[in-house]
Amino acid sequence: MSPSPLLQVAGLRASIAGKEILKGVDLTVHTGEVHAIMGPNGSGKSTLANVIAGHPAYAVTGGSVRYRGKDLLAMTPDLRAREGLFLAFQYPVEVPGVRNSQFLRSALNAGRLHRGLPELELKEFNKLLKEKMALVEMNPSFTTRSVNEGFSGGEKKRNEILQMALLEPTLALLDETDSGLDIDALRTVSAGVNALRRADNAIVIVTHYQRLLDYIVPDFVHVLVDGRLVRSGGRELALELEREGYERIRQAVESAQPAKS
Amino acid sequence: MTTADRLAQKEYGYGFVSPVEADTLPKGLSEDTIRLISQKKGEPEFMLEWRLKAYRHWLTLEGQSPAWANVSHDPIDFQDIIYYSAPKGKTDGPKNLQEVDPEILRAFEKLGIPLEEQKRLSGIAVDAVFDSVSVATTYKDTLDKLGIIFCSFSEAVKNHPDLIKKYLGSVVPYTDNFYAALNAAVFSDGSFAYIPKGVRCPVELMTYFRINQADTGQFERTLIVADESAYVSYLEGCTAPSRKRNQLHAAVVELVALDNAEIKYSTLQNWFPGDAEGKGGVYNFVTKRGKALGRKSKISWTQVETGSAITWKYPSVILQGDDSVGEFYSVALVNNRQQADTGTKMIHLGKNTRSTIISKGISAGRGQNTYRGLVRILPGAEHARNYTQCDSLLLGSACSASTVPYIEVRNPTAQVEHEASTSKVSDDQLFYCMQRGISEEDARFMIINGFCREIFKELPWEFAVEASQLLKVSLEGAVG
Amino acid sequence: MPTVTAPPTSPYQSAYDSLASQSAQQPAWLRDLRRNAMQRFAHLGFPTARRGNEPWKYTSVAPIAQAALAHDAAAGAATLAHLKRLAPWRDAWPRLVFVDGRYNARLSSCDSLPRGVRLHTLAHALATDPAALEPHLGHIASWTDDAFVALNTAFLADGAVLIIPPGAVLEEPVHILHVVTDGAGAIAAHPRTLVLAGDRSRAAIIETFVSASGAAYFTNAVTEIVAAPSAQIAHAKLMLEGAASYHVGGTCVRQAQDSAFTSASISSGAALARNNLAILLASPGASCNLSGLSLTAGSQHLDNTLSVDHAAPHTTSRQIYKGILDGQSRAVFVGRVLVRQGATKADAVQRSKNLLLSRGAEIDAKPSLEILTDDVRCSHGATAGELDQSALFYLMSRGLPRDAARSLLVQAFASEIIQSLAIAPLRTWLDRRLALPLAASHAEVPA
Repeated sequence: MSPSPLLQVAGLRASIAGKEILKGVDLTVHTGEVHAIMGPNGSGKSTLANVIAGHPAYAVTGGSVRYRGKDLLAMTPDLRAREGLFLAFQYPVEVPGVRNSQFLRSALNAGRLHRGLPELELKEFNKLLKEKMALVEMNPSFTTRSVNEGFSGGEKKRNEILQMALLEPTLALLDETDSGLDIDALRTVSAGVNALRRADNAIVIVTHYQRLLDYIVPDFVHVLVDGRLVRSGGRELALELEREGYERIRQAVESAQPAKS
Repeated sequence: MTTADRLAQKEYGYGFVSPVEADTLPKGLSEDTIRLISQKKGEPEFMLEWRLKAYRHWLTLEGQSPAWANVSHDPIDFQDIIYYSAPKGKTDGPKNLQEVDPEILRAFEKLGIPLEEQKRLSGIAVDAVFDSVSVATTYKDTLDKLGIIFCSFSEAVKNHPDLIKKYLGSVVPYTDNFYAALNAAVFSDGSFAYIPKGVRCPVELMTYFRINQADTGQFERTLIVADESAYVSYLEGCTAPSRKRNQLHAAVVELVALDNAEIKYSTLQNWFPGDAEGKGGVYNFVTKRGKALGRKSKISWTQVETGSAITWKYPSVILQGDDSVGEFYSVALVNNRQQADTGTKMIHLGKNTRSTIISKGISAGRGQNTYRGLVRILPGAEHARNYTQCDSLLLGSACSASTVPYIEVRNPTAQVEHEASTSKVSDDQLFYCMQRGISEEDARFMIINGFCREIFKELPWEFAVEASQLLKVSLEGAVG
Repeated sequence: MPTVTAPPTSPYQSAYDSLASQSAQQPAWLRDLRRNAMQRFAHLGFPTARRGNEPWKYTSVAPIAQAALAHDAAAGAATLAHLKRLAPWRDAWPRLVFVDGRYNARLSSCDSLPRGVRLHTLAHALATDPAALEPHLGHIASWTDDAFVALNTAFLADGAVLIIPPGAVLEEPVHILHVVTDGAGAIAAHPRTLVLAGDRSRAAIIETFVSASGAAYFTNAVTEIVAAPSAQIAHAKLMLEGAASYHVGGTCVRQAQDSAFTSASISSGAALARNNLAILLASPGASCNLSGLSLTAGSQHLDNTLSVDHAAPHTTSRQIYKGILDGQSRAVFVGRVLVRQGATKADAVQRSKNLLLSRGAEIDAKPSLEILTDDVRCSHGATAGELDQSALFYLMSRGLPRDAARSLLVQAFASEIIQSLAIAPLRTWLDRRLALPLAASHAEVPA
């Protein structure tokens, strides 16, 4: 029998500034799985990732999200994070004056305390950080720079994966992690993510293009159109989308639905 | 618990009163008060003359206390203030720590400034000023060997009258402004430092100011002279008991840097800010100015202002020597009903003079924060440069932040640049930090600390840690 | 406000008295307004530039206070050709022309206005439809704390009134032209302009103050503009007064919801001038875009003082003012942005950039922000300095002579303002007409 899912999204509806973006999303993710959510611009992909992470700008208007058997929507964003949920941001935020190393250590220790582990001493932390930085091929000078401030697009994305490597989340949501990356950076970032794939965690990749999926191969692919998951399938669905574009699916979906008056 | 409740419970950890017997003059100000102060201090005639001239000038200014600052308070009754209060004991200050009242030693220890030899702060020589007088100076031997003079102002008047005559009032004349005149007339003590030619002072010099007595005005005066190629880093800390009535602090600080000399002056100002309703607290009306007199001299002010009910101060630099440098780094925080009008003046006279101003204002509660700064480039200041950056962070919808720069340029080869911005802790920054597992309150402090980082890094390390703590305590209840 | 004592005000009092006796036909409310304003002026007196008087910290109006000025001089003669030579011109522009402070019907033309749009002299509007003016005249420009506005209000007799009905769109800009003739001498004029722009209306207004006169005359102008919801108003002020003259001009604007106001202020004339521009963003969605260019030389003194009051949420303001200073001239920029409590999501940017071309020139800039709430986006910046030496070197390294390179860079500096003018024909006119200084070089390019 199938174990209880890590993440169970049911009938999720959400809006921003009064405009409904998610119109009833269902999604089930088990540990050990990699899911890809694809869809055209404006379909609600990023919204889904942000709502799961608890971004305050979005209002959940219906449905439920259970994570490790708990009501995720009742948790504050920081609690979700300490419970092992990680969002790699599409647009990582600059936090001027706050050193990367200080930021990472605060985050790591907040999670450790939550799990009943002692805080990491500076020395141990530095050792761990060095190790993880090698994984994403990051320059050591990053640690003393302010969080994302003055980083190039590629550096910001690497920094996201570094944070993921350090925090070792149970569920990672990667929001358009491939956007703005050149081919070398894409390879490094993907290798970093692949190294973090384990049987006891899961990854949800949100992406417009299938090129990232050449590097991080998903078990399941879902297509999000106009706030709903309209098709699910395996790896081959991504290739089909690549070949035929989103327009076909959209048309297929629209013709299958009763015409709106 | 509402935010207001939490604010009311915010603790000012330095609000205790020490049971020290004091020799206190009655309230009020007249020529007799000044003669008495001068007499109690056993001053030479020239000092009394100078004080009386200042007093007579002050009388002509009556009613002209500065009105342009963006602060408001009830008129100050200058006859309702005690102008001199000294811990009982020897009038000319204790010769050694054995002579210091143990209550005073205890008070300073509570403040984290132990004065005893075995406990003293490493690498920092402290001159402790309790109410109106200096009570102890540490590290004397080390300093003596290098010819560095670091002592109370009163001692300097007696032991180094030539230096005092030469430099007293040379940067801030008593005619400068209302409070500078008042200070010159009634100042009771303060610190004096002289770093001789070519000497790099190996320890930080520190004066710790403590107001203890009720209804006492504190009028100290600091004079620091760095001779050619000398270097000194000077720290200043301040606290006062929590009292219901306002207390006046009107200090004057004068710095003189000769050729190639450098003075770095850092302040942690944590006078009692008053309670959440704005009752009590210190009026901090201070004139601080440095004269970068020599070629390639440098004067750098760093301040972290978290205390006082009202702060009115503009640590300034007169860039007189060619190639001289002036710097001003400031964090000013207001919470509850605190008001601050602070900034700097950079007066460029010499050629190739350079100044940098970085000001970070934080407003919370119903606090009013104003940056007011002047950059003046005079016709002779060929190729002068100034860069100014003023950032304001607003925490809450009832506080305010004003930025009022004055830029006056009279030399076409100068380059002056001013930038300012106003922001709040953004929801996106907060969400980003929280998504990494950091609690909202910690995330806010982290972001606020980050906002101040450029300033904190200018402070000596121990001071930087303390500054960050001060910020946290001062903002408790205002964030999260 | 500190005052200078009586003597300078008394000539104004007698001029007022003689004017008052001639204006018995004015409506009672106007006579009251004028009397109160005169009393207010007598109380305020001319401001003095002394320590502590912040609004006049950098500008002394003593020469104006001490000037002997004629209030009742007859207008000199001016011709169309004369005007076309002095001012930007299109025959299609509806226009009101004032010569030596007096309306000149022969030179004016209001033919090509859309239906319902009323462009009249103030005197005419007061005589025919005073009720339309009463709620606005003297209510937008505050005469209670500004001596010059009080003085203008006290002498309120003529000027321009433009009333645009809701939805009306003016294709051509309206030109209000004040000309002082060469023979006019030291006259004083207090012209007033009132613009009432209805809902969703669209219009452009040019106010030109121009003269070739060498006399020390005084123009004390006040313009009041009311922008109703969603109105879009472009305003340009060309201050090209005579070289020895004094000019004080206040433009006060009240903006309703979603209205947009664009202002361009180009100043190169007068010996001593002060342009006040005060915008009240009274309702949500109101936005203003204010730009300015000042060229000063010789011993000119020019003061641009701006104030933007964000009194409602979601209001936006932009200020960009540039100064090019030559000779021994002095320019002042004072810009104030006030964001009131409750004016959340206010968005304000304020920039002052100044180019000093010669020794002896002085720029004083005081750009200030007063922010009384937290959820806002505000920034300001100010720069002062010489031409970019590396740019100069770059141009010279391509073979341009130094003077040509300098004048190219000065032009480039000015063109950001000129090219952004909403009224397109003004761009070409200013490009051709503005004599940009080509200062002697005082700083050498590194060899």
